[in-house]
Amino acid sequence: MLWACLRFPGLAFAAAFAALPEDVPGALLEDNARRRTVAIVNPAAQKLGVQRGQTVAAARALCPSLVVRARDKAAEAGLLAELAAWCYQFSGHISMAPPQCLLLEAGASLRLFDGWSALSGKLKQGLAALGHVHALAAAPCPAAAWVLAASFDGCVVQHPEQMLRLLNDIALSRSGLPAKSVQALRSMGFRRLREVFALPRPELTRRIGREGMHWLDRLRGHASEAIPAWQPPATFFQRIEFDAELEGSEPLMFPLRRMTQALANMLAARDGGVQLFRLRLEHTRVSFTEIPVGMAAPQREAARLFELARTRVERSTLHAPVRAIEIHAEQLPTFRPPLRDLFDPVRGEGLDWSALDERLRARMGESALRQLSAVADHRPERAWRHGDGSTPPLADLRPRPLWLLHRPRPMRPTPARVLAGPERIESGWWDGGDLRRDYYIVGTRQGQRAWAYLPAGSHDGWMLHGWFA
Amino acid sequence: MSAIAAEVQQSIATPSLAQVLEHPGIWRRSSQHQPTVRAISTGMPSLDARLPGGGWPLGALSEILFENDGLGELELLMPTLAAMTREHRRVIFVAPPYQPYAPALQAAGVDLRFLHEIHATPTEAAWSMEQCLRSGCCAAVVGWLPDIDYRSLRRLQLAAETGDACAVLYRSAVHAAQTSPAALRLKVSNSNEATYVDVIKSRGLMQGVTPPMRMRA
Repeated sequence: MLWACLRFPGLAFAAAFAALPEDVPGALLEDNARRRTVAIVNPAAQKLGVQRGQTVAAARALCPSLVVRARDKAAEAGLLAELAAWCYQFSGHISMAPPQCLLLEAGASLRLFDGWSALSGKLKQGLAALGHVHALAAAPCPAAAWVLAASFDGCVVQHPEQMLRLLNDIALSRSGLPAKSVQALRSMGFRRLREVFALPRPELTRRIGREGMHWLDRLRGHASEAIPAWQPPATFFQRIEFDAELEGSEPLMFPLRRMTQALANMLAARDGGVQLFRLRLEHTRVSFTEIPVGMAAPQREAARLFELARTRVERSTLHAPVRAIEIHAEQLPTFRPPLRDLFDPVRGEGLDWSALDERLRARMGESALRQLSAVADHRPERAWRHGDGSTPPLADLRPRPLWLLHRPRPMRPTPARVLAGPERIESGWWDGGDLRRDYYIVGTRQGQRAWAYLPAGSHDGWMLHGWFA
Repeated sequence: MSAIAAEVQQSIATPSLAQVLEHPGIWRRSSQHQPTVRAISTGMPSLDARLPGGGWPLGALSEILFENDGLGELELLMPTLAAMTREHRRVIFVAPPYQPYAPALQAAGVDLRFLHEIHATPTEAAWSMEQCLRSGCCAAVVGWLPDIDYRSLRRLQLAAETGDACAVLYRSAVHAAQTSPAALRLKVSNSNEATYVDVIKSRGLMQGVTPPMRMRA
């Protein structure tokens, strides 16, 4: 087993400022400080002299346009889940370690991705492209990976002895031990894990408690632990609220790009695609514009999804400013990369019939797609039905029209000439559907050829029943 | 956007000049060579003779413009559809205006197991027709879309090319004067008790004006 730990120090900031463009200075407040002080700032704010620990008033004095926000725990959890979804393409066992870490079991993926350096390269490259600052470390047990990611970014240890050597050098304050235990150990003069590991177990347990001892065991891989596996969700929903109301479609593009990217990550994790998603642009609490974005075939590429969403949003007219945007995708069909036959040239998307059938029914309903069956019955209305395409052997060779009217209707004007007939059809007295008709093939003044009937024995009351189309 | 632009550019840039000149829409006076149009026989020798490639063009959109119901406009297509279904290739009817009558189809030689019928509203009809064409698993898709616009026609033409399928669209003859991206346009009309089939546009048509084909006496 090789556990990789990804640590996202900027997660809290990114979650709280989902819709903030990069060049706008922003600052995140300290979690539960009595005084309102700045905890994290972005580079734009840093450039203007805003620093960690300043009070909001001081920061505002340096930079009047500073956007200040408190932490948004729900958004952080959402963003972490989004990142878990993205990482799911690299490992089948992902675990969330809130508030800002993800654990991946990488051992099983090493062969597929051609070793750790290739795998970590892909991870780092992908996360950099997504714009997430991160630290990565890997170790044989998850707790150690978690601790190492905080201290030694980029370190990877495969062997337990090597892992222990690295852990020895970790300062107690960064060891992940409960704050109370760290305090106690520091007051006894211990500084690093090495010194703590050297202590006899019963004495140590007495000082830091069972919990602290268990953590140290987990660090060294002495205690087995169950890591809860993250499961990709079945539908996708995301919402971004704006501080100010946004006028027009242009400012919506930045959050839209983020949302479609998140959707694409989630699809990649599920190995699925999306054929229809809805954008909901909220104007006030009760009024909103809903824009469905549908596509010909299930897609999962971020750029393509964004392109589609952008064109739809630009085309729609927004009657009021937007204050929040939501994206919903309920149906996530399986994504099929086009199948390729080794010898035959591929035609089109290379779908097979069942996939096409499924796609058509999904959009238009179950009854939209039908097949016809012929039935051995003389009555025209009963000589066919919707069915599976089965046919009795062809018995009747008299001409029949390709088009049958759904219901016979009076023929006006009456036929110009009779081309063939009459053919009497008299049947059905036994099942209540009896009819007695004389069918003719007739021509109209426009040169159309029709199938029409008169009640048996009668000379007027022409009824049109079909076209020889 | 740039990715799409690059893709388009690439698809334009890749073929060599010789390949470009092979396009059935291009004919040079100096060459004796007839541009090739891939086609499937209509089953009617006199109609085949009037069409470049000798039949319905494959991987392209054909339009059949008819004056009225019941002139034999669907009969034109039946031999080809029958041949396709007998080879176990699928044929789709999209939004037919009346009930396709199974006994008559059977009599025309169609294997009903490979014929499907799609009921749809006009917008859904255009979408489903495009889907079927694009999928690559349908031999022919026949649609009745009375109010289709130029853009959708173009989409259908592209979809037919993508899926290498035979697309046939039935429309009213009043649209004959409008421009259309279809590779083949036929007009079915009636005068003096006889039905005539007129080729009003055909990609790769070499000889001049041919007299209309007389179909039903």
